Amino acid sequence: MVELGNFSPEERAAQEERLRKVWKTPGGWRYWTSVNNSEIGLWYGVTAFAFMLFAGLLGLLMRAQLAVPNNDLISSELFNQAFTLHGTVMMFLFAVPIFEAIAIFLLPSMLGARELPFPRLSAFGYWSFLLGGIFVCGSIFFNAAPNAGWFMYPPLATDKEYAGIGADIWLLGLSFIEVASIAAAVEIIVGIMKCRAPGMRINMMPMFAWYLLIVAGMILFAFPPLIAGDILFEMERMFDWPFFDVARGGDPLLWQHLFWIFGHPEVYIIFLPAIALMAMIVPTFSQRPIVGYSWIVLAAVGTGFLSFGLWVHHMFTTGLPQISLAFFSAASEAVAIPTGVQIFVFIATMLAGRVIFSVPMLFGAGGLAIFTIGGLTGVMVALVPFDWQAHDTYFIVAHLHYVIIGGMFFPIVAGIYYYFPFVTGKKLSATWGKTAFWLMFVGFNVGFFPMHFSGLRGMPRRVFTYPEEVGWDLFNMISTIGAFVFAAGVMTFVIDIFRPKPETMERNLNPWNAGTLEWTNDPSESWGMRSVPIITSRYPLWEQPNLQADIEAGRYYLPDAKSGKRETLVTSVLDAEPIQCLRVGGLSYVPMVAALALGGVFIALTFHWWIPTIICAIITFIAIMVWLWTGTAQIPEAEEVDVGLGLKLPVYVSGPASVGWWAMFITMVGDGTAFASLIFGYFFYWTVHVDFTSGAVGPGVSWPMAALALFVVAWLLTIAARQLNEKGPAGCRIALAAGMLVTIAACLAGLAGPYFHGMDPTSNVYPATVWIIAIWTVAHGAVGVIMQAYCLVGSLTGRVTAVYDQDIRNVTLYWHFMAFTAVVAFAVLGLFPMVSA
Amino acid sequence: MPDGGVTGLFQPIPSQRHLSRLCPGLVALLVLPLPSCSGNHSALDPAGPEAANIAQLFFLMLVGAVVIWLGLVASIIYASRKRREHSEESAGRVILWGGAVIPTIILCALLSYGMWLMPAIRPWVPDDHQVRRIEVTGEQFWWRVRYFDEAGKTMFETANEVRIPVGQPAHFSLKAADVIHSFWVPSLGGKMDMIPGRTNPLTLTADREGTYRGVCAEFCGESHALMAFTVRAVAPDEHEAWLAERRASSPQDTEGLAVFLNNGCGACHAISGTAANGRIGPDLTAFGERSTLAAGTLPHTVEDIARFVAYPGVIKPGVKMPHFGMLPEDDIKTIAVFLKELK
Repeated sequence: MVELGNFSPEERAAQEERLRKVWKTPGGWRYWTSVNNSEIGLWYGVTAFAFMLFAGLLGLLMRAQLAVPNNDLISSELFNQAFTLHGTVMMFLFAVPIFEAIAIFLLPSMLGARELPFPRLSAFGYWSFLLGGIFVCGSIFFNAAPNAGWFMYPPLATDKEYAGIGADIWLLGLSFIEVASIAAAVEIIVGIMKCRAPGMRINMMPMFAWYLLIVAGMILFAFPPLIAGDILFEMERMFDWPFFDVARGGDPLLWQHLFWIFGHPEVYIIFLPAIALMAMIVPTFSQRPIVGYSWIVLAAVGTGFLSFGLWVHHMFTTGLPQISLAFFSAASEAVAIPTGVQIFVFIATMLAGRVIFSVPMLFGAGGLAIFTIGGLTGVMVALVPFDWQAHDTYFIVAHLHYVIIGGMFFPIVAGIYYYFPFVTGKKLSATWGKTAFWLMFVGFNVGFFPMHFSGLRGMPRRVFTYPEEVGWDLFNMISTIGAFVFAAGVMTFVIDIFRPKPETMERNLNPWNAGTLEWTNDPSESWGMRSVPIITSRYPLWEQPNLQADIEAGRYYLPDAKSGKRETLVTSVLDAEPIQCLRVGGLSYVPMVAALALGGVFIALTFHWWIPTIICAIITFIAIMVWLWTGTAQIPEAEEVDVGLGLKLPVYVSGPASVGWWAMFITMVGDGTAFASLIFGYFFYWTVHVDFTSGAVGPGVSWPMAALALFVVAWLLTIAARQLNEKGPAGCRIALAAGMLVTIAACLAGLAGPYFHGMDPTSNVYPATVWIIAIWTVAHGAVGVIMQAYCLVGSLTGRVTAVYDQDIRNVTLYWHFMAFTAVVAFAVLGLFPMVSA
Repeated sequence: MPDGGVTGLFQPIPSQRHLSRLCPGLVALLVLPLPSCSGNHSALDPAGPEAANIAQLFFLMLVGAVVIWLGLVASIIYASRKRREHSEESAGRVILWGGAVIPTIILCALLSYGMWLMPAIRPWVPDDHQVRRIEVTGEQFWWRVRYFDEAGKTMFETANEVRIPVGQPAHFSLKAADVIHSFWVPSLGGKMDMIPGRTNPLTLTADREGTYRGVCAEFCGESHALMAFTVRAVAPDEHEAWLAERRASSPQDTEGLAVFLNNGCGACHAISGTAANGRIGPDLTAFGERSTLAAGTLPHTVEDIARFVAYPGVIKPGVKMPHFGMLPEDDIKTIAVFLKELK
């Protein structure tokens, strides 16, 4: 047992002064340069909530239109834009971001960290999300919103006459937001793995951290296929490459596969974090640790895995062979089991504890009751024959709202009631909370339950009106009334949040008597943990006596900020042994500039403004370079610093010990998934066509093989540069310079194959697929050149040395993935046509 | 016997009787609230074996779901109100049995039933099987219907209304001309998508005579909501007679036809036995027989036909047909009367 620190009141005051100065959130305009997790998390959450209210209004508009048959309140065009935007906004601008928001806000405190490892990346993600969201939502005010459904099926969504600029807004605006989501996923994964308090071994993590780790991993594998799909889609819309055009060998079903490979895990990506909130709330209000910790972790992991094997249940009526339908039906039923386990873990915890029934529990239990109905109808629609009837009807509308509102929205509201004191130091009102709950609970059920019946009685989804004589009018009128009652409940909740609350006299940081670490934080201070404690149990506030007082007295790690820099502890992945004192980025305009400029690229592309696109791209590039050069891999003033309790830790580490290496690794896993989706597309066309080249010429063998060989040489040179760097700068610089030249040659060779064989990407899907894979690989080669150049300049300016070699090690890691991509890409392009012929 | 394999695999359930026996209370709850209309457009009021089996499956699952849901809510209420805390072991057993074992058993049973049902209600019909097929092509926002003989030769074309013989499987070949549509007759069975570049087979059987409403179930554009059709199930001999009648083209020569042709309607619409042979819009041969207008959008009356001819884009946003409101009112009226009486 280590000896805890002991400071006099004067020393403590001085420490607090220094900490306050370092972590200070500026006022005025400079407030928006803040990157602190508590500001970014709050902005993220408020913005996502505002988008939710906007999408909710669109929902009410649709309900008003459907209240009576043959209604002409709004036109079919506006209705189609409204339902497309309703689904899109709820999914992409509310359900996913709200969890990124909650995670960014809560995780550092839960894990006992001061900050997540990449605060500027969080800020970048937020600004991207804000700009992309406004762009997508704003389109409806110009009658230019996407109107082909949130699933954007081609050929309707590729039809320029029907789906005008709206489809481009959807594709580019959301791709931009997906980038932000992946950035958040990287941040969350590295944060959970590397920034836990000392002693918080992986099997002691709070449930929330487990769930978020799983969800962030799922984002990494689920979003890239959609991004790959978006690229194909936008190439078809912008340059007429026929990926989904049947007349030229394309196939609209490829989009459906790529969309639902994303779309189904997406459901669990939004559902699991809500269960995570429940897993924090239920033990607190049962006043005991969760029963079945390993059960629930395994169940969550199982749900995550299974969710990637279910996507075809959105395609049961597309005419796929029954044998594959049967497989996906079984997988869809199987996912009900881990879901059931998670629900029963809560019931078991309540059984074994003494339950205090308060507003968060009310929303939690109400949500569970609603969600279970959605789960049971989910079991029904997972059965293929029933889905043949229910698919694309109001039964599904009912099912998905029961799942999402019960499984995600109610738990979020529960979480907001629960964590409100953590954010502001004050509780929300129980009276208002109960009123809001009953309005929402009753309104929701009145609104959505009748949809089961209207659906089975034949009402299809996405209809802007319906005739009188088929007899759906009563159900629809009831649904509309219920929807408005539900909305009144949501408004009650919003008013409760924003109404002025009386000052409370007593300072109680842990009003619910919770057991987890985040409740030691004082919301009036922006430093997060006053000192980083040593954790020995899953519920430290219940099981480690005097913990709160010791943390506040600065008796643990990092009680001070003598360096004047923002510092947090980095620990090892499994056992959470302290290994580094990480200096994280502070206030900066750069993430905002980079995000807004990148947004500019996407927005300018939507309107085909090529010159603004290029200008914004250059600004983005410069901003990112400035960000990297001034904000990462800084050479510290001393090798080691004292983090308290007699422990000295290095400030600079590189390779797998560093957070940057992990971030690169995780990003490249996501990147590899997008690449795999493109290769999936190549082989998908091969399986649907008798002759997948349609007689068109291929890229030949020699150019792709040359590109492959050159990329491998460039990769070897990069590895050599890293190893030579350990001996001295000269060899490293030569290897990097040579590597750059070889990479450029490799890129040119990669494009030469399709170019010199005159492959016209608009003529047929085969040349288009070859081009897109070649361009993808070459674009990665271009990034590889920039990275090599960055290291070369770093070496020349003394930033990269034998000791401080973080940059070159991360670049080498990138190149491992690069080499793999190039080998697969050019082997497939060059050799596969020979094999299949 | 070309259809033996299909019907032999599966004994159709006399749907009505069976369902009411299973759970009369539920049937009453679900079907009765609006008795005036449940007849022809409801998955819960089946008129064919596929729909009957699925409805039965639904009622079975519904009973199970209600029981499970009540049990779960009761246990949440009990867990939050109980006097005495349970031991961790007994709580752990709740997870094991309630969360894992019991759901696994129920789901395995349900899945086995579903897997058995799938090939039973949609048996595999090989492409080269010599049957009469009905090709239905989804177009924005109507249905092109072609009747083929056993050899796969087109007998005739019609639109927005399909006739099938009662008690015999009707083999549909489903296609799409522009975007994805989905062919769905709830009273007869589940839906099947119509996807450009593909032909999806679907076999439906009607147990009793009647008129059944169908709709497009996949969002297909501006007037997706206004894309319905009618299936008429008639006695087999009546059906044969109708097929024979439709194959013999009866020359028409009326004043109405002249107005129809003079205003260029024949450029897009075909009427068998006349100079009108357009292929862009719905075939109007024997239009007077149909029960609705503009793919289930309007009732089949002279006034509505006239209204639609004058301003189709107002009634059905996004249709290809141009407005003919500039024609003299008498001409529109003449065309409407002509079409209404076209047999």
